[in-house]
Amino acid sequence: MYLELPNKLKGLQMMSANLAKEMFRPISRKYDLAEHEYPKELDMIANMLDGMNDGEQGGVAGATQSSKAKKPDNGEVKNGSNMASLIGIQELCWGDTGLLLSMPRQGLGNAAIAAVANEEQLERFKGKWAAMAITEPDAGSDSASIRTTAKKDGDYYVLNGEKIFITSGARADLIVVWASVDPSLGRAAIKSFAVEVGTPGLELARLEHKLGIKASDTAAYILDNCRVHKSNLLGDPEVKVEKGFAGVMETFDNTRPLVAGMAVGVAKASLEKTKELLKDCLKDNYTTPVNNLSAVEAGIYKMEAEWEAARLLTLKAAWMADNAQPNSKEASMAKAKAGRMCNDITLKCVELCSGLGYSETELIEKWARDSKILDIFEGTQQIQQLIVARRLLGKSSAELR
Amino acid sequence: MSKPPIGYALAAMNSVASSEWIDKLGLRNAIEKLTYQGTKTGFQALGAATRQFKNVNKQLNPTRLDKPKGQSDLFDLSITDEQQMMKDTVQRFAQDVVRPAAATADSAGFTAPDLLAQATELGLAYFAVPESLGGAAVEHSPITNMIVAEELATGDLGIAVAILSSIGVANAITQWGSGEQQSKYLPAFLDEKPLPAAIAISEPTPLFNANELNTTAKAAGDTYILHGKKSCVALIESAELFLVAATTEGKGNQLFLVESSNEGVTIEKSPAKGLKPANVGTLVLNNVKVPKQALLGDANINYQTLLNYSRLAWCALACGTAQAVLDYTIEYANDRVAFGEPISHRQSVAFMIANIGIELEGMRVMTQRAVALAERGEDFQRAAYLAHIFCADKAMEIGTNGVQLLGGHGFTKEHPVERWYRDLRAIAVMEGGLHL
Repeated sequence: MYLELPNKLKGLQMMSANLAKEMFRPISRKYDLAEHEYPKELDMIANMLDGMNDGEQGGVAGATQSSKAKKPDNGEVKNGSNMASLIGIQELCWGDTGLLLSMPRQGLGNAAIAAVANEEQLERFKGKWAAMAITEPDAGSDSASIRTTAKKDGDYYVLNGEKIFITSGARADLIVVWASVDPSLGRAAIKSFAVEVGTPGLELARLEHKLGIKASDTAAYILDNCRVHKSNLLGDPEVKVEKGFAGVMETFDNTRPLVAGMAVGVAKASLEKTKELLKDCLKDNYTTPVNNLSAVEAGIYKMEAEWEAARLLTLKAAWMADNAQPNSKEASMAKAKAGRMCNDITLKCVELCSGLGYSETELIEKWARDSKILDIFEGTQQIQQLIVARRLLGKSSAELR
Repeated sequence: MSKPPIGYALAAMNSVASSEWIDKLGLRNAIEKLTYQGTKTGFQALGAATRQFKNVNKQLNPTRLDKPKGQSDLFDLSITDEQQMMKDTVQRFAQDVVRPAAATADSAGFTAPDLLAQATELGLAYFAVPESLGGAAVEHSPITNMIVAEELATGDLGIAVAILSSIGVANAITQWGSGEQQSKYLPAFLDEKPLPAAIAISEPTPLFNANELNTTAKAAGDTYILHGKKSCVALIESAELFLVAATTEGKGNQLFLVESSNEGVTIEKSPAKGLKPANVGTLVLNNVKVPKQALLGDANINYQTLLNYSRLAWCALACGTAQAVLDYTIEYANDRVAFGEPISHRQSVAFMIANIGIELEGMRVMTQRAVALAERGEDFQRAAYLAHIFCADKAMEIGTNGVQLLGGHGFTKEHPVERWYRDLRAIAVMEGGLHL
């Protein structure tokens, strides 16, 4: 038992931290103010990352590299690609979450392709930037009830519906769209389709104006009789009612720890800056009982403790994925804990730094705006609690709704 | 040849399986209890009568345990096969023996001697005493000790303290004691009737800070004169040896081995809100004269490290008892029907349980991280401090929600949650008392 970062991942951590510091931080405020403007600086970084991701040590910035590990034959413990991706993401979000989410070719759509595409599709979509379109105006967390349809017509599927909250939707090369091939069959009939931007019938409706992560574009699309070739259906075209939704949801076991890692990164940025600004008030060195300290100092320590707990839970979930242990519950625990921790800490830091924290002079107020989405997307706080509760109580989704 | 540690674990597993303990428990009756109570005296009394420790006069080199060897630097949450065996053994003991005895021990205010004797059969003391002094310990593994503490506390927190108090003193002497102190005291922890002992650090003052002690130790010739009061000391009526923290002019805080028979040592019965099976009370030191040799350890002793080991032991206990709360509330919420279905079908109930699960996992990884650093001899000050803040906070949150989930039923002694509520308050309060 040992819960420290191994030496073999420290190089990656340092590289990501440097990238965040030297390339993300200097343009962080710029794209917070210039919402919807494409951060052109990212192209160069993305090329660099592609090179790094092709190396042996897994991804730095994206969800694309996280995957279910095979059980090691020799029983040896692995610190593999899930943990590497987590470390990279965490450090980059210390720099800027919006910019991380805007990284070309590192989208959630790419993760979906990596997870379920066949060999031919993997080859065809290689090097493309894929966004993910799940949410609809009337189906958010309840993604099983999406209404977008995909009707078979010869060698094509005809897609109709409305998709919202598509990260990098206007910048990506293709959109992975979730649609039902037969709404009467429920969850099992939901399939994902790779729809190339420019396909007739795929219309960009708008870009959202948001509270935070403004560097990242959030698009809404209308699918109006959009014809997609059947070879763009990702995974198994058959509807297997007994398998249900499980396959689609499996991706989340790998991506939830990554979003938790984003929260850990943002909270670290905020806490670190706040400690720097308050350094004259912080004299203790982790020795005096917390009740004998000033309120500020005690508050900082308590936040640090919460941060460490979330960080370690997140590492645990990634470690389990790397070692082929089922981690649905732990992934949701990490996401729930990290999401609320990040939101609490970044808001408290604004409060502690008073006018300085609230003003745009510092990035503290921005991190407190960015943090909110981390407790929402990839499953809200409440959804994570629901998942954890069902697992602990042994309840089905019909019993515990 | 000494039995390897795994041998003791197996032997213990065997004896649990034979369920002899439970039979023995059934034999314990009110008369036994009365006899025991009868030996207690009034408000203030002398401490337990001390056995005769043989004094060792020649200069001896202390025996120190090795750090566990051959570990990689990978992030790794798995435990060794031996640790798993230990965990299973203690888990069964906690379920089959400790839990059934908890309510009685709570109301009696002490853990029955026969239960403590059964705990002795687990062989835990052997892991605290080096081979050269009759024990089985070769390595010092705080991780194994953490696992034992957590599992014991799933049975009952107070009984776990009663069992681990003496072992904590043994661990401290093994880690820091002089050769003379080791030879004098350590074999007694393996006696047929093992030496009851307690670490005494807390003092009866609000906002107690273990770094600013009121208890003093004055050097006087070949002796130290100890004066002060220690609160919430475990095994107060039975302990024959106390490891007492006191502040020495110019030397800061130091630890002294004080026998209960030392002149000027008295005890006050002062039961607490919880931890009742641990028989906590106040240790009064009225100008107690102890020889120079009673000062624990050499220049390497680190008072702060001792505090950290203690805090982590309390963290491990908190995890165990929080797990008990989680298991109990899951079962209750699934069984209890209201408005036509189990209350666990309501999100307001289910989410409270989910949060107990989430924060408990947080407590666990925080504790594991700090203990793993300690095991490798790396700096664990910050990790232990933060783990303790976190566990103290979440343990109480879990304790109070445990009662809340059972509603009015949780408020009565029909269920153990009210006891866990009282016990879990201790995590934030207790300094010292245990040592991993």
